[in-house]
Amino acid sequence: MQLSGAEITIRCLEEEGVEYIFGYPGGAVLFIYDALFQQDKVKHILVRHEQAALHAADAYARASGRPGVALVTSGPGVTNAVTGIATAYMDSIPMVIISGQVPTAAIGLDAFQEVDTVGITRPCVKHNFLVKRIEDLATTLKKAFYVATTGRPGPVLVDIPKDVSQQMAEFVYPASIAMRSYQPEVKADPVQVRNAVEVLLQARRPMVYAGGGVVLGNAAEPLRKLVQALGAPCTTTLMGLGAYPGNDPLYVGMPGMHGTYEANLGMQHCDVLLAVGARFDDRVIGNPQHFSVEGRRIIHIDIDPSSISKRVRVDMPLVGDVGEVLGAMLAQLQISQKRLDSQALTAWWQQIEEWRGRQCLHYEGSSTIIKPQFVVESLYQVTGGEAIVTSDVGQHQMWAAQYYLFNRPRQWLNSGGLGTMGFGLPAAMGAQLAFPDTPVACVTGEASIQMCIQELSTCKQYHLPVKIVNLNNRYLGMVRQWQQILHGNRYSESYMDALPDFVKLAESYGHVGLRIERPEDVEPALREAFSLKNRVVFLDFQTDPTENVFPMVKAGKGLTEMLLGAEDL
Amino acid sequence: MRHILSLLLENEAGALSRVAGLFSARGYNIESLTVAPTEDPTLSRMTIVTNGSDEIMEQITKQLNKLVDVVKVFDLNEGRHIERELMLVKVRAEAASREEIKRTVDIFRGRIIDVTDKSYTIELTGPRDKLDAFLEALVHSCILETVRTGASGIGRGEWTLRA
Ligand SMILES: Cc1ncc(C[n+]2csc(CCOP(=O)(O)OP(=O)(O)O)c2C)c(N)n1
Repeated sequence: MQLSGAEITIRCLEEEGVEYIFGYPGGAVLFIYDALFQQDKVKHILVRHEQAALHAADAYARASGRPGVALVTSGPGVTNAVTGIATAYMDSIPMVIISGQVPTAAIGLDAFQEVDTVGITRPCVKHNFLVKRIEDLATTLKKAFYVATTGRPGPVLVDIPKDVSQQMAEFVYPASIAMRSYQPEVKADPVQVRNAVEVLLQARRPMVYAGGGVVLGNAAEPLRKLVQALGAPCTTTLMGLGAYPGNDPLYVGMPGMHGTYEANLGMQHCDVLLAVGARFDDRVIGNPQHFSVEGRRIIHIDIDPSSISKRVRVDMPLVGDVGEVLGAMLAQLQISQKRLDSQALTAWWQQIEEWRGRQCLHYEGSSTIIKPQFVVESLYQVTGGEAIVTSDVGQHQMWAAQYYLFNRPRQWLNSGGLGTMGFGLPAAMGAQLAFPDTPVACVTGEASIQMCIQELSTCKQYHLPVKIVNLNNRYLGMVRQWQQILHGNRYSESYMDALPDFVKLAESYGHVGLRIERPEDVEPALREAFSLKNRVVFLDFQTDPTENVFPMVKAGKGLTEMLLGAEDL
Repeated sequence: MRHILSLLLENEAGALSRVAGLFSARGYNIESLTVAPTEDPTLSRMTIVTNGSDEIMEQITKQLNKLVDVVKVFDLNEGRHIERELMLVKVRAEAASREEIKRTVDIFRGRIIDVTDKSYTIELTGPRDKLDAFLEALVHSCILETVRTGASGIGRGEWTLRA
């Protein structure tokens, strides 16, 4: 049967089992919107800004494990989407972005709403395509889903000129696809796996460091089994929170710039470090010179060979699917005669418990002013640790990461790599669509929330009852913190003046707004909010503007050079 | 250290800019880059001359392999190989100097491919050093224009780089 390019596009999405497409219409995609209108399999979510379409689709993917799909028009539609594309790229999120382009005959002539979409997005996509012939459309979309979801996942953009979406062609969706230039299947060498397990079992001070790759690779279960079989301490990065249960005794918290004392010292002082789907990011290991330790051996499991020995030399690379490699290691562990030296392990745990005893996340409570940490702790209590939590970027993000204990993967959604303010609210929408019955909280700051605040309208339209936990400290808090610590208290442009009345703002969109000023009102307000199951509730917590995030490793410093509290400043 | 990378890539619009973009985005050096289709019109062969430490070369190779359009990457330095570059040079060749230049061209086994009464255009092929040496052998002030293709490389013996 002959279909138009627009119809083919939608049929491809259907074939891929796409449930939602997040987008915003415009001239170059009118045929595609027309095709959307005439079917009911793929549901379209109309956002209020293309950046939000990308974040929502991205979070849908993070929460569900299925690829997120976004649709934007040419020119400004694409440029608005770039922040969201780069956000997904930095965190390796599987996404397919469909963008309209001016008609093929007009390309290169500075046509109305023309931008070089393939050129602009090239550095922040896993791959992109410009479809010049309708005959290539279905195959290209098939390739896009294939590339986005296999290997190290990432966003793939397909740019469709308007005339291509209008032309007619036979629709055949390829059942499978092979690309000679793209071979994502890599299997770790069994000999290397065996050697790695040998080295691991020789450890006197083993440490497991798991990252976002465990979440993306659906490998939390084999990770848990391996950690527990070893009895080794486990830390998970900001991107890996939930990959290992946050309330398990073997869990030592997050490492890095705002990581725990025990996780950072453990990373530094272990003698065998097993890195699993983590990439030795600068926010995690600090200064790489300082991080390198004589005698410590590093085993690194990753699906992307270019992640191996990029920032830190590793001794034993295991390139392959994280889950498969962990499974192979577990099997090897079972047949191996050796076990960890139990005395050494006990001594190691004594050391770790001593570090843990510093209680680095302890903070001074208050009965007069709301401490932001207390809000997150209360959120954890009130939601029974079950909510999906999204966040923006800043102090609130770190507090959410530190004080909400994530017990399952895909429960914590944040822009770790790009650090995109504005991510939180649209991300909450995407997560809520993926899990309509799970409570979703967006922990945000009064600055970040304003970067995509317009999405309150989208929440209204699609009945997405997300709860916004605004830690309102009237500052670009994280900026202020750096200015206090590194720039002599000169708070340059970090005060948030002229804030809106968030309660009225929420109400104007038809939502519930609550302003909370006293510590004793924190928990009741949260309870009330989560009892309003079908409503968006904007909780505007007036928090202590002077609070800082600790521990803190200053940029460029080593992991052991932590500031633990105001007394260290 | 100087390395010569050989690549096979899909002969697709934009493939070249993906490679070039990777080098600029990650701050890798490019000394020269040449590319043209092969006997299989769907494939292009590219030679990139670059330099970097072992760590950097490892990253460059891995990052190139990651590009979806790149089919194969090989560092020719890992084996015996041949490197050739084509150069076209236009020189001022008047009266007395004409003979002298002609002799130099012969010594380097170049060819004069265009002649006017005031100039020669010379074609010369060889490894980079030979082309450099030829330019040095000419009286500098007589060089009017040089055009170099950058190196192309191929492995020695029966070994081949194929898709
Ligand atoms: C789009 C964007 N612009 C700027 C920044 C730099 N930045 C990081 S944190 C921050 C302050 C965030 O303030 P707020 O949302 O109120 O959170 P707080 O740190 O106060 O919790 C800024 C400006 C960023 N991460 N993203």
